[in-house]
Amino acid sequence: MQNVQLGLIDYAILAIYVIFVVGIGFALRRYMKSSSDFLTSGRSIPAWVTGLAFISANLGALELVGMAGSGAKYGIATSHFYWLGAIPAMVFLAVFMMPFYYGSKARSVPEYLKLRFDERTRCLNSISFAVMTLFASGISMNALAKLLNQLLGWNYDISLWICSAVVLVYVLKGGLTSAIYTEVLQFFMIVLGFAPVVYLGLRDVGGWDALTQKLSQVAQHPAALGLTADTSKVFAPDAWSSAWKPLLAGPASNPMGVDCFAMVFGLGFVLSFGYWCTNFLVVQRAMAARNMSAARRTPLIAAVPKMIFPVLVILPGMIAAALAITAKDGYHLPPKTLDSAIYAKAIPAVQEAAAKNLSGADAAQLVSEAAGVKMLPDKIDALVKAAPTLKDKELRDGLQNAVAENNYDGVILSLVQKYCPSGLLGLALTGLLASFMSGMAGNVTAFNTVWTYDLYQAYIARNKSDEHYMWMGRFITVVGILLSIVCAYLVSHWSNAMDIIQLVFGFVNAPLFATFLFGMFWKRTTSTGAFLGLLGGTLTSALFHALTSAVGNVPGIKGGYLSVVKVFPSDMAQNFWLASFAFTVCFVLTLGISLATRRTKTDEELKGLVYSLTPKLKDEEQAWYLRPAVLGVVLLAGCVILNIIFW
Amino acid sequence: MGLDIRWPIGLLFSLVGALLVIYGVATMSDAEVYRRSLDINVNLRWGLVLLAFGASMLLLAWRASRQPTAPPESEKK
Repeated sequence: MQNVQLGLIDYAILAIYVIFVVGIGFALRRYMKSSSDFLTSGRSIPAWVTGLAFISANLGALELVGMAGSGAKYGIATSHFYWLGAIPAMVFLAVFMMPFYYGSKARSVPEYLKLRFDERTRCLNSISFAVMTLFASGISMNALAKLLNQLLGWNYDISLWICSAVVLVYVLKGGLTSAIYTEVLQFFMIVLGFAPVVYLGLRDVGGWDALTQKLSQVAQHPAALGLTADTSKVFAPDAWSSAWKPLLAGPASNPMGVDCFAMVFGLGFVLSFGYWCTNFLVVQRAMAARNMSAARRTPLIAAVPKMIFPVLVILPGMIAAALAITAKDGYHLPPKTLDSAIYAKAIPAVQEAAAKNLSGADAAQLVSEAAGVKMLPDKIDALVKAAPTLKDKELRDGLQNAVAENNYDGVILSLVQKYCPSGLLGLALTGLLASFMSGMAGNVTAFNTVWTYDLYQAYIARNKSDEHYMWMGRFITVVGILLSIVCAYLVSHWSNAMDIIQLVFGFVNAPLFATFLFGMFWKRTTSTGAFLGLLGGTLTSALFHALTSAVGNVPGIKGGYLSVVKVFPSDMAQNFWLASFAFTVCFVLTLGISLATRRTKTDEELKGLVYSLTPKLKDEEQAWYLRPAVLGVVLLAGCVILNIIFW
Repeated sequence: MGLDIRWPIGLLFSLVGALLVIYGVATMSDAEVYRRSLDINVNLRWGLVLLAFGASMLLLAWRASRQPTAPPESEKK
């Protein structure tokens, strides 16, 4: 990634944003009177604000950056993560689950588990959630500091600490309300910062029809862009520009390598409902709403932008692929960036190749193996020939130029760099910075609530005064940010850490929805059934991962380290099937054990927690267009229409 | 919560919009700057959009602040 020069105007926009978020924190300080004001916003926020914060907490920078990369890699099928993997679950949360979360007066998702089941399930869930949020916020901050370092040449450590300090200040002053308010600000910043980039990109390509036409070229020569490793692989012309046809044709015919069942059941049901309906990071936003109907409208309001977001996050990736296939104005997908650790291995390899007089493919193989990334043979050949006379700096540049693997995370930035003049550049970068920082703030505010209410108050110090918990809430916010910084360093120094963490997220998340589904809709579910089912589901995912692999992966971190029983066509297919298995095991275990064990909670205790024992909410008093069920149906219909248009 | 979020949103985007408009006008004659944005003066045009957005947020916040505080939909009680 080449450095970008920011002008005075860009710095000014950046500075204004930072001043505003800190200012919001200070302005909210005087409203923080009790621990519930600080940790749960005192349930006082209007629905449109919690709705935008809900979607913003999900639209962290990693999603923004990652989805654009997927848009280039897989085309419009990436929108399944939105229309199939988000909207139905959001509607379900609003219509069926929010009444229990909000109505039970639980202050967090783990606390709901305690009310419905017992301490064991709560403890398991709150500990795994707390660890996950810390790592998620660490990963976000590491990515931000790395970005500022590579893009603007700022020092990694200074960027990391300063950005964390800004987050610390506004979260400490205004608590969850501060985080929610800045998430709304971030939402508009991202939408208004990236919309012009997408517009310019689409205009440059020549409009939608020209885009699909160029994407059909991409589908026929995917290896030319380094999208597939297999140089002879050819897809149907519509593989990048239609969402369902390539998927229905089977895993070999779509770039994701996923079959229809894994997509619909694994992503559309298990993973999506598991994330949207049980993840406290997003659910917390809805729980901060000022009343039940606002809480139920929160996910529905959030679903509207979620449905349109593919234009903002996936389309840029598709534009990038189309620009790269025609090499318009010399554009190419950004290559992986080499760092000093890789140079330290690759440069001796170049010198070795030069000393041995290797050329062409042999030299490229030697250097590629040393560097751990694929290299272009002709460029390496030229570099090796010239090596004896080159200086260290020139060797490094030569190596970077020869990299043949794409850095998909850099796609969106490469477009920002290509189209944004000074001014707009500042706006787009501020949008990105905003989303990284609110990614940290969102995770830290979820972490401090779970820590204070579900771990500290439940197990360490019961029956203390509210001032004491308020103090603990603030104290743990500082600790949480410090631990996030530790996680950021961990991830940056040990590149495997990221893979392992994301793996563990998957193990924990996959079975969770089965537990909630039973808990909320079947009063016969027992605490032991729920706990053992959840544990069994999590262990199943770990075991499944140890026994399966994906094409092209060596057994190890990517799976199959016990033995390889089944090889999936892609990592994504492996992941979706893992989730499906874990969910099914958790489902069956919970069902079986519940039937075999005695109920520990009476019907009276479960009132407000289980569907059949809770008085139905009367939606009829609201205007028809505000009723969650009506809004939900409208949203689902919209979703179906979008799927048909881009079939 | 006491602070209406529309105030800071409105102020922020009006400010940023105004900055972009001023910068766009100042660089109007400089074709070199806008070569990358397909010869469109995006700063000026998008600045106007941001300004309009910011101003409408401020207007909404101002209108809400003038109304006597309507009791929130009291569903809890």
